[in-house]
Amino acid sequence: MNLETLLMELSAAAGISGREERAAQIIIDLFAQGEGAQWISEFSQDRLGNIILRKQGQGPQPPRLMLAAHIDEIGLIVTEMDQGFLRFSCVGGIDQRVLLGQEVIVHGREDLPGIIGAKPPHLQEPEEKNKAVKLKDLIIDLGLPEEKVRSLVQIGDPITIRRDCCALKNSLYAGKAMDDRAGVVALVDCLRRLKERHHQAEVVAVVTVQEELGVRGARVSSYGLNPDLGLALDVTHGDMPGLADYEAFKLGQGPVIVTGPQVHPQIFKTLKAAAEAANIKYQVEAEVTPRGTDAYALQMAQAGVATGLVCIPLRYMHTAVETVSLKDITETSRLLTEFIMQIDRAFVEGLKCY
Amino acid sequence: MLLKELSELNGVSSREEAVRAYLRHRIQDKVETVYTDHLGNLLVVQGSKKPGPKIMLSAHMDEVGLMVVGIEPSGLLKIKPLGQIDERVLLAKQVLIGEQRIPGVIGAKPIHLQEKEERQKPVKLSALFVDIGAQDKKEAEEMVKIGDVAAFDVKAEKFGDRLFKGKALDNRVGCAILLNLLEKEYAFPLYYAFTAQEEVGLRGATVAAFGINPDLALVFEGTSAGDVPTAKKHQQSTRLGQGPAITFMDRSVIVNQALVERLVETAKEAKIPFQFRKATTGGTEAGVINQARTGIIAGTLSVPCRYIHSPVSLLNLDDFENTIKLADAFLKSIERKGLPE
Amino acid sequence: MKELIRKLTSVSSPSGREEPVRALIKEEITKHADEIWEDKLGNLIAAKHGGKTKVLLAAHMDEIGVIVTDIDEQGFLRFSNVGGINPQRLVGQRARFANGTIGVFGAEKLEENQKLTLSKLYLDIGARSAEEARQKVSVGEIATFYHEFSDLGERIVAKALDDRIGCAILIEALKRVANPQNDLYCTFTVQEEVGLRGARTAAFGIDPDLGIAIDVTGTGDTPEAERLAIKLGQGAAIKVKDNSLITHPMVKDLLTDLATKNNIPYQFEVLPFGGTDSGAIQLTKAGVPAGVISIPCRYLHTPSEMVDLNDVEAAVRLVVAVMETKLD
Repeated sequence: MNLETLLMELSAAAGISGREERAAQIIIDLFAQGEGAQWISEFSQDRLGNIILRKQGQGPQPPRLMLAAHIDEIGLIVTEMDQGFLRFSCVGGIDQRVLLGQEVIVHGREDLPGIIGAKPPHLQEPEEKNKAVKLKDLIIDLGLPEEKVRSLVQIGDPITIRRDCCALKNSLYAGKAMDDRAGVVALVDCLRRLKERHHQAEVVAVVTVQEELGVRGARVSSYGLNPDLGLALDVTHGDMPGLADYEAFKLGQGPVIVTGPQVHPQIFKTLKAAAEAANIKYQVEAEVTPRGTDAYALQMAQAGVATGLVCIPLRYMHTAVETVSLKDITETSRLLTEFIMQIDRAFVEGLKCY
Repeated sequence: MLLKELSELNGVSSREEAVRAYLRHRIQDKVETVYTDHLGNLLVVQGSKKPGPKIMLSAHMDEVGLMVVGIEPSGLLKIKPLGQIDERVLLAKQVLIGEQRIPGVIGAKPIHLQEKEERQKPVKLSALFVDIGAQDKKEAEEMVKIGDVAAFDVKAEKFGDRLFKGKALDNRVGCAILLNLLEKEYAFPLYYAFTAQEEVGLRGATVAAFGINPDLALVFEGTSAGDVPTAKKHQQSTRLGQGPAITFMDRSVIVNQALVERLVETAKEAKIPFQFRKATTGGTEAGVINQARTGIIAGTLSVPCRYIHSPVSLLNLDDFENTIKLADAFLKSIERKGLPE
Repeated sequence: MKELIRKLTSVSSPSGREEPVRALIKEEITKHADEIWEDKLGNLIAAKHGGKTKVLLAAHMDEIGVIVTDIDEQGFLRFSNVGGINPQRLVGQRARFANGTIGVFGAEKLEENQKLTLSKLYLDIGARSAEEARQKVSVGEIATFYHEFSDLGERIVAKALDDRIGCAILIEALKRVANPQNDLYCTFTVQEEVGLRGARTAAFGIDPDLGIAIDVTGTGDTPEAERLAIKLGQGAAIKVKDNSLITHPMVKDLLTDLATKNNIPYQFEVLPFGGTDSGAIQLTKAGVPAGVISIPCRYLHTPSEMVDLNDVEAAVRLVVAVMETKLD
């Protein structure tokens, strides 16, 4: 397995929230029959489509750790056919301003390339030109006659941005859906590393669905698995001009370990200690808002789960040019691996001792 | 004084250590079982072997506050709110940061240097900093870490006529009520939940209710009082001195009618003054408890507090005592008549 | 079925106070279910056994209303909303309390540019004093819209068609189903309008393999309406997405195939707002594949909601088809 190829393939694959099949298939192929099958003890998928990759623990009474990274991406959905053009709405929080002039793929009876257009600027009133284009003024042009469109497309068909992942300098990669396919890649890499290691905890890595619609996949998978502790892997804002250093983190400077109400203090401490012991550079983010990552779903599962959150810095979030550093991904997987080595029954017992 | 001690402890959401330690110390010799869970709820069991319905009494330990999210090169601390704080109350207040209780102030640009329009506008939280007197980032980092929390620094004391002043009365008053009820004996199993992280999304109670799975739950809260002359009468949700407030509905729950009726009936029989909470805004732990598992009957009894979620709130000590009395009478009514149906 | 719909819409049963409609539904279905019970929050569950796969079919019994928060010295009532109510549409409408007391909505004088909010509205029950008002109504009581059922032929207008029409469809399907192939749990849920609360706890107790809600949806077929591809009279709507749910692909395919096979008219629905009981059902325990059969409805959340009986018939047939198809 080559991480760079996996990242690029995952980024390009279609998989809006609730319709993750194609992106999920890449992971299924890797773990059901492929190379990854030897890294885990058991492969399964639950009723909402979460992929569950289980690796047994090697100690007595192995505590169960659930890792979560989401595979769904934000996207669009067909709402109406209008004289051969398509009208659409969003799945997940898309910045409407980035849509104009984007190439898309409409996943109808077959994949159809489309273009997002609007009334040309010449025909707009001067006030209109100064404003961002609204979703309701955008249309998708398939370049096909109305009849053909009607036979190939249905209301409710998913739409993704048509974008191949692009390698930039310094191991940076830009593309769509890096949120949170970058996390999925780190998860996969962690399982690969664990093959060589003797760990006490049972590791259940869950590639979750429907995170962008309200952490739905993590919510049901964490209920079903009822782990002793959980760790979510997601992305956080990367540095760019105009953002302060406490709200945006440097690309290439390592994983961001998060603290805040959703994070158990012992897990936060142990993540930092694991990073320091293994010479992994890391950054720290204090996050006060509760929802928005799988960590929230994990924390609130059943009678409560001690949870941690590690994020990969990512620039231009929720656009079609989300940019991450491959180095951060591998360092994140290294951090996860080292953290897992620290977990045993005694550690887990301690999580309830406040 | 119990209320004073509780109010002056710092326990911003997810950093409830000091409150939890204080409560544990006060109760551990008096109760059957006391334990904590993954979120830091402090849970107490009394009479688990007794027959009869399982009752859960809940009050949250945490208070609203600020989290340090960044440190400026100048040594000033960048903050974000934990829980809902009206950012307009923050200007020129004193806070204590972290376990070391390091003093800091929230500064403001002097009025002399403000433009005329500026004075009309609220200062946004993004423009506020905490000053601990550090000379630069390096010195600040020796005392404060990213993720540390700040609580208001306010002396709690008796105030005016039968009133009590302090910070965090929402919901140390609930904790005080639970401590009082813990002294009494009832004929059925009781689960006392001193919960964590209420102010950031009712999190402690959500997982506690799932774990305990009671037959009925009663939540104790400090609720917002609107009895100031600048509020219209019909918008005054509760009033100080009118007794415990009974919730019939809020954003989180429509309280089971039989439960509301039992509370009202109990208050009338025991001649305890009470009022309805005459607003449906806001939510309490009763909402998430009500939604746990296959559904749990849950209601809320509140002590009205003026200026809630600000550094200084006020409550009436008679309301506080009457809430204890009503809760006690309600629990005794369960001994006599069973659960409200 | 018109008579059933008339009966169901004429009772007043707001969220949290579903007793009257629950009693009515219970009477209708007693002969047609194997078991009937109520759970702790008041959901009414009718089981009909026929196969192994547990299917939860949900329609909510509650309707929107207003709850009294204050009675002033003159006897006017102040209130707050129970469920989604648009203050702009209230003035001049009537409301009715459980004891039959009728009130009319009025508004304070507004300064220019001032937005009409619920706190600027009041309910006038004709009381001449606070004392008289308190004899009729107390703080905490809930009223619903008061408006009669009108038969327009193929179409009907009534209050609370959201979601008594769903209840009627589920009752009718329960009556018609001859050969159930699944373990059916027809659930008439409470408190949907305040946050899918009944469905959440009912589903936890039932723990189904599949969940389908039957509820109303908006339309875009009126003059200068907000864009929406749903039209009255074009068949039952199979929901693909709303704010609470993106329909499980398996459920969407199941409903589409059944509609096609049985010649049931249908349309697809992508609603950019709102949610239904299925949103809560899908998140039950370790997850439940869920979908929605929607009935197009104009003027939602007003005292005059309108549906087309052809859509209603299509929905009944689709529900029966789900009941009579062996699902594994």
